[in-house]
Amino acid sequence: MKKIIETQGLTRTFGAFTAVDAISFDVYEGEIFGFLGANGAGKTTAMKMLSGLLAPSGGSATVVGFDVKTQSEDIKKQIGYMSQRFSLYEDLTVLENIHLFGSIYGLKKAELAQKAELLLEQLEFTDQRNTLVGDLPLGWKQKLSFSVAMLHEPRLVFLDEPTGGVDPITRRQFWEMIYAAAHKGATVFVTTHYMDEAEYCDRVSIMVDGKIAALDTPHNLKRQFNAPDMNDVFLQLAATSVARAGF
Amino acid sequence: MITVQNISKTYNKGAVKALDNINLEIQRGELFGLIGPDGAGKTTLFRILATLLVPDQGTATVNGADVVRDYKAIRRTIGYMPGRFSLYPDLTILENLEFYAAVFGTTIAENYAQIKPIYSQIEPFKHRRAGQLSGGMKQKLALSCALVHQPDLLLLDEPTTGVDPVSRQEFWDMLQLLQKTGLTIVVSTPYMDEADRCDRIGLIQKGKMMSVNTPQGITSGYQPDLYAVRSSNMYQLITDLRQLDGISTCYAFGEDAHVSVASNSGLNAPAMEAFLKQKAHNNIQITPIAASIEDCFIELMR
Amino acid sequence: MNTFLAFVIKEFRHVLRDRRSLIVVIGMPIVMLLLYGFALSNEVKNSRIAILDTSRDDVTRTLTERLDASRYFTVVQHIDRPEEADALFRQGKVRAVVVFQPSFQQTLLHTNAASVQILADASDTNTGNTVAFYISNVVRAYQNELLDQQKLPYRINVETQMAYNPQLKSAFNFVPGVMVLILILLCSMLTAVAIVKEKEMGTMELILVSPVRPWMMIVAKALPFLVVGLLNVAVILLMAYTILGLPLRGSLFLLIAECGLFVLLALSLGLFISTRTNSQQVALFISLVGLMLPSLVFSGFMFPLENMPKPLQVVSNIVPTKYFFSILKSVMIKGLGFSYVWKETLIMATMTLVLMLLAIRSFKIRLQ
Repeated sequence: MKKIIETQGLTRTFGAFTAVDAISFDVYEGEIFGFLGANGAGKTTAMKMLSGLLAPSGGSATVVGFDVKTQSEDIKKQIGYMSQRFSLYEDLTVLENIHLFGSIYGLKKAELAQKAELLLEQLEFTDQRNTLVGDLPLGWKQKLSFSVAMLHEPRLVFLDEPTGGVDPITRRQFWEMIYAAAHKGATVFVTTHYMDEAEYCDRVSIMVDGKIAALDTPHNLKRQFNAPDMNDVFLQLAATSVARAGF
Repeated sequence: MITVQNISKTYNKGAVKALDNINLEIQRGELFGLIGPDGAGKTTLFRILATLLVPDQGTATVNGADVVRDYKAIRRTIGYMPGRFSLYPDLTILENLEFYAAVFGTTIAENYAQIKPIYSQIEPFKHRRAGQLSGGMKQKLALSCALVHQPDLLLLDEPTTGVDPVSRQEFWDMLQLLQKTGLTIVVSTPYMDEADRCDRIGLIQKGKMMSVNTPQGITSGYQPDLYAVRSSNMYQLITDLRQLDGISTCYAFGEDAHVSVASNSGLNAPAMEAFLKQKAHNNIQITPIAASIEDCFIELMR
Repeated sequence: MNTFLAFVIKEFRHVLRDRRSLIVVIGMPIVMLLLYGFALSNEVKNSRIAILDTSRDDVTRTLTERLDASRYFTVVQHIDRPEEADALFRQGKVRAVVVFQPSFQQTLLHTNAASVQILADASDTNTGNTVAFYISNVVRAYQNELLDQQKLPYRINVETQMAYNPQLKSAFNFVPGVMVLILILLCSMLTAVAIVKEKEMGTMELILVSPVRPWMMIVAKALPFLVVGLLNVAVILLMAYTILGLPLRGSLFLLIAECGLFVLLALSLGLFISTRTNSQQVALFISLVGLMLPSLVFSGFMFPLENMPKPLQVVSNIVPTKYFFSILKSVMIKGLGFSYVWKETLIMATMTLVLMLLAIRSFKIRLQ
């Protein structure tokens, strides 16, 4: 299988503090990769480096074939990104947002119009096209956000805690959308605090104190740690954190 | 301790119905969980109880005092932790705590014993500015500030949201410890697994209270038959099962798909297995299971 | 320690820890004063002038030398024809051209009268006027000297004396003006943001669920900024006295007291704005932009109020800066006592009280 992300000793420091400590791992094309860790373990920093938003202090990484240090702009063009913090424009309508982000991603008018219709149908939003995004319930916003991030059919999409606070059904519908995207060949790099979602991933990595403490399929991890579920695996690993003393 | 009668609240001149005829009673000394996703109305209800919002309809009392008329009395005696961090980032842990103690006419020293289980965890860092604390420490500080004047009631609005599972567990351990001192605690959370740590819970969705009971009471009220189904391809499994007649709901739950079947549908495990084998699934496992709170929530949402 | 004191301590801590704002707040008046004092000025100094002198006799030469020697003018060019003056003005090379009529001295001696024409560049009306005025003064002075040497039966001497400000130092005008402007803008801006900030940050949600009362929060927020405002007053006065040479006539105590009252007024205005808005941006906008123009225009600092049409003069009665500016001029420049400013003081005090009460009333005790 082809590698879509490769990292070697990727490091990021902030002054005297090492947020990400020389991590090395690979992500294969087409997988759903779960990137877990406690708050402050270095997850967000690592993701920012991989998506071209933050320069590494040391080590190297290649994402969709581009170097994160020197070719970050090229990376940004090839990936999709969705986060609770960065989202759609609340005072634009559903359709306006789709058109806006579509053109930002470089889609041509005709293609964009077509995709917009398709998207609205899939989400059952056709009669919501002129609703302001700010008026939509959170779950709908999340689903729309994800779809918009996938408009330009990126090979790799980064999802930063995409299902926070959403009701149980919408959460699962969201993951079904992720499955569908992976089915079509996209690679999904997702972080989450819901440990049951970790089970949906092909492989999972868990960061502790800036390092990768475990990386394997959920099945193997549960066997390795003799745990009934991913929640237990996580708890066992997080307990080993040195930095927890200050938390 | 708390009574809520026919409370309704709308925003945007009636366009958004945040709370729809809520009725609730919370006993003294209870650990009560308000469980529901974003937008369910949890924060609105909490703000009404904390006397920060006035309901459009209905009445509520806290410790016998009316939330609208007697707000001053209520504000003196409850401990509140809003949904977002509400302490001063440019003041240190100690300064924040001293401030809140003084605002309530007391000192940290007078109440140290009560806040010690929580405060002692962050005390070594008491000269650190609140803005530089990690998420977990912020929660502990906020909780200490809510407790420092020895309230009868704690209202905690989503204290564990966005926090990692370890911190979440620790927080609930602390809450159960606090409950032992006689405190009444009302907590809201979107995490269904935390429901089991409460004495009683209220499931709320889209402004309506769907059910109020002990966790066991709610799960034992689950009507359909529930199965955990597993195969080597989860995505395909769900897609296929949804095509089967008699299946009520089918959703992923970690490694398994939880499949609910109406009791009178006549569908059973062997029938499902046969169907799946026909669809070329491998490693099929079908086990009847008891419903969890989350299963109940999904059933109530339908 | 009681609730109110705890609040005051907290507010002082916030203000002292906001280094960036403190620097702006204390540095801005200093910068403004320096700018006005040394860079911006509508005084006339070293203005460039040209001379059109076809006569070139003793009298014209003396007059030319006098003009050149004065610190107000520098003669940069001599021209021979009137058309050249036009070109000089168009190119902006000179502010005025002094034209002596041909055969100046001869005409003066034989007919007892000769003409000097002053062509001034009035595209800037103020400067044009002042330049022409100064040039005439030089000529008049010379004329008086000539007259002294002759015995004439009647003579009317016109002597102008500028009361309070004989040298027409611009500092006498702009220091009070700057003080008024800075105090009202800064003090209202700082407090306008103070309460809204808590609403935006979310800290208001928590502090409301406590025994705190509105007046406590409002007064506690005003106190640190009162100190800052008075500090600004001290800095401005010190700079005006030492660097700009502004004399401080009149009672220093009265001056500081009036300044303190005005600061309180500005703070109350800011606090009132703060209780009515929910966004820091809007609060800033209202206090900075909304207050700036009226405060400037209706204070009498740049434009005399007596020149305005009646309706606008009526409007100026509700603008606080009008009264404070007048008080400052009376006390600082004219050295007058309280008996001359009691009316304005009373008006300002009333405004302060009203605004404070309004702020306390408008304070929202709930989130909606």
